[in-house]
Amino acid sequence: MYLYDELDRTLVGERVAEFRGQVARRLSGELNEDEFRPLRLMNGVYLQLHAYMLRISIPYGTLSSAQLRMLAHVARRYDRGYGHFTTRQNIQYHWIKLEELPDAMADLASVGMHGMQTSGNVVRNITTDQWAGVAPDEIEDPRIWAEVIRQHVTLHPEFSFMPRKFKIAVGTSRHDRAALRIHDMALQMHRNGAGETGFEVMVGGGLGRTAFIAKTIKPFLHKRDVLSYVEAVLRTYNQFGRRDNIYKARIKILVHELGAEAFAKEVEAEWQSIKDGPLALDEEVVADIASRFRYPAYARLQNSPAELAEAPGGDRRFEAWIGNSVAKHKVPGYAIVTLSLKPEGGTPGDVTAGQMDAIADVADRYSFGEIRVGHEQNLALPHVAQRDLPAVWRALNAIGVAIPNVNLITDIIACPGLDYCSLANARSIPIAQEITRRFRNLDLARDLGRLHVNISGCINACGHHHVGHIGILGVEKNGEEFYQITLGGKADENATLGTLIGPAVPYAQVADLVEDIAAAYIELRERPDELFIDTVKRTGVEPFRERVYAAR
Amino acid sequence: MTSPLQQKLKINGPVVVTANRLADGAVVYRGEGGWTTKLDSAAVTASAAVVQDLLAAARADGLHAVDAYVAPVQVTEDGGVRPGNLRERIRSSGPTIDLPLQALRAKVDHVPVR
Amino acid sequence: MPLVKQGHIVEDRYIRVLDDAPIPDGVPVIVTAERFLADTAELAAREGPVGVLWPNNRKVAELEPWLGRVALVALTFPKFRDGRAYSQARLLRERYGFRGELRATGEVLRDQFLFLLRAGFDSLEVTKAADAEAFAAAVSTYSVFYQPSTDGRLAVRRRRLPPQAQATGREGEEAGQRHFEPR
Repeated sequence: MYLYDELDRTLVGERVAEFRGQVARRLSGELNEDEFRPLRLMNGVYLQLHAYMLRISIPYGTLSSAQLRMLAHVARRYDRGYGHFTTRQNIQYHWIKLEELPDAMADLASVGMHGMQTSGNVVRNITTDQWAGVAPDEIEDPRIWAEVIRQHVTLHPEFSFMPRKFKIAVGTSRHDRAALRIHDMALQMHRNGAGETGFEVMVGGGLGRTAFIAKTIKPFLHKRDVLSYVEAVLRTYNQFGRRDNIYKARIKILVHELGAEAFAKEVEAEWQSIKDGPLALDEEVVADIASRFRYPAYARLQNSPAELAEAPGGDRRFEAWIGNSVAKHKVPGYAIVTLSLKPEGGTPGDVTAGQMDAIADVADRYSFGEIRVGHEQNLALPHVAQRDLPAVWRALNAIGVAIPNVNLITDIIACPGLDYCSLANARSIPIAQEITRRFRNLDLARDLGRLHVNISGCINACGHHHVGHIGILGVEKNGEEFYQITLGGKADENATLGTLIGPAVPYAQVADLVEDIAAAYIELRERPDELFIDTVKRTGVEPFRERVYAAR
Repeated sequence: MTSPLQQKLKINGPVVVTANRLADGAVVYRGEGGWTTKLDSAAVTASAAVVQDLLAAARADGLHAVDAYVAPVQVTEDGGVRPGNLRERIRSSGPTIDLPLQALRAKVDHVPVR
Repeated sequence: MPLVKQGHIVEDRYIRVLDDAPIPDGVPVIVTAERFLADTAELAAREGPVGVLWPNNRKVAELEPWLGRVALVALTFPKFRDGRAYSQARLLRERYGFRGELRATGEVLRDQFLFLLRAGFDSLEVTKAADAEAFAAAVSTYSVFYQPSTDGRLAVRRRRLPPQAQATGREGEEAGQRHFEPR
């Protein structure tokens, strides 16, 4: 849990005051919309179909219970009683009024939260995986480095008007749970031959109209050099990224057009000039930031405590939840609990104010007051004692966030789509809802196993459909909603873009088609425990295409 | 459903000019010299010249509404005005899904919502 | 288009000279990059300060050999959203040590003032008169900055350390420090 100090709080407070002034100047007409738009975007304020949308930054997906309660308050007081967790570990509100925004932001600032740089052509929320700091397989807590970079790029005078947005992710486990390779820039921690830890730097990943997997431009960067190297990449991008065409302005296009090697050389040349300057990180500065991450005073506990063995007397639902939603923790006797925000018929990632408050209470009682947000649009409680799992399950079950469908076919990632978003071509939420109904049977969902479905309502790919095991992309044909289906995408350390399996199908057929894909998998798999994604890899998409499109 | 702000102006039937209210983002339609939230009260036209005027007036009124554009409508037999495509239907009557609070209430009351 | 320098609206002493016009003697002039690079000898020989208007899509490294002879560099923001000149400004100040007047031209609005100062600009051709008049208010919006920069203010991470540690190290806030203090 990063503790803001007085300096951090002052900055956020000054930002609120500045925005209040900017809103006043807009409402009075002193600023027109063209002048105001980039300013409101820099605070995460979009204009959508029905209302303004406010996106609040949740740095590396970490929330205190006090912060979660404030998010509930904002939902109640300024919105329609709920919020939406996004694929970048942020939260969005869809019914905000411009004239009330400064007050909402002042309330959020009181707990150190803000919408700074959640939109606009700046560096956006720096993401990690939601198990940061507690995952057994991480080298060190990636959030420390995310915070080091976050501070540096916040209101950075040189990089506030870049060609386009810039998304950074940091990982320190071999297994990539943060989708590093679809980011503009990613830092992956490694140990080198001398036992030192440093970062592999990858750039140029991204989805959207032209999807790319990031390329490695620096195999090993010493920690001391992180900020100067990030600066060199941003400066190269700021100067040479395309400004003539909004669809070709991301760094992935620059890297593609120059070639990764040539791009790496440009960055290296710039970096050599600045690496020993003020941005060189001395250990004192990093230690200072690291010291502001507070870790719980864990009790000395054993794994598999008696309380777990005696759990809610053979309650199958509890057992299913333990097997599905509870993961190993680096500290003995503890566990990481995932809260599924994917109920049958629900909107993926939506949480009501009442649920937020209730989850905050559970976090206070059983997770040292801390909650995490994952890019899969689920939450997590990162510090649960195993002996408390029965009580936690009962509490979460009552809130409706203990459905044991994590990583299963009904654990869908979906963007808001045409129901909310002015960029969309088609709806995504009703598609997700129908799929959750078709696969409501948990035995069936468990039999299908790990199966990531990603739905995007337009080519901007906020639902990350390119890297879904099953990817669904909404398009428009003659005023009707149609959907293209891809198979075989992956977002992890073996990141791959999915393959189209056939012509787009109309809205009413999508859920049928997904059922046919599931049936095809069951037929084609070598063994029941061959994962869907591995079957697709083994067979290719052709056998799926044949079966699914046979009758269409 | 491509963002209408990017579309060229082509009038193939009755249209209205629509935008979002500055203060709260609500959907509004250009009517007689001002804005209305009711589609039935909007100025409907199939004339490109009239639309240009409406659009110009709308854009000149940036203090009250923003991102004005031309949207298709259908005029019913009794003179009512309906949205002309799915996007405009959603803008006019809201998301096609239950909002979470409604869904929760529905579970509690066992009363179907919408 | 008011010119703001050292926090005040001032008269612009510089004359912009078109590419095909004769360069007047004895007065400060601003010429385009093309003119400057074509006529360096002539410009060096004349009386009066020389300024060059440098486009934002051309590397300032090209200008570096001549910086000693240039009193002013004007950089360009064709739209305020086009932020290439921020990088150019920092390179001029911090890489090439330019100490002359660094002017922001083009679309220069109030909400960019602080970024511009911190990037190294010390004079701004402000697009709106009202913005120029609000300059003092605009630049006192923030007192906390995370990054080291050329305006001499201490970055947050140094401010957090005990006083003696603040002053040491390669922090280099002194590098590129200019006389202008916005407060």
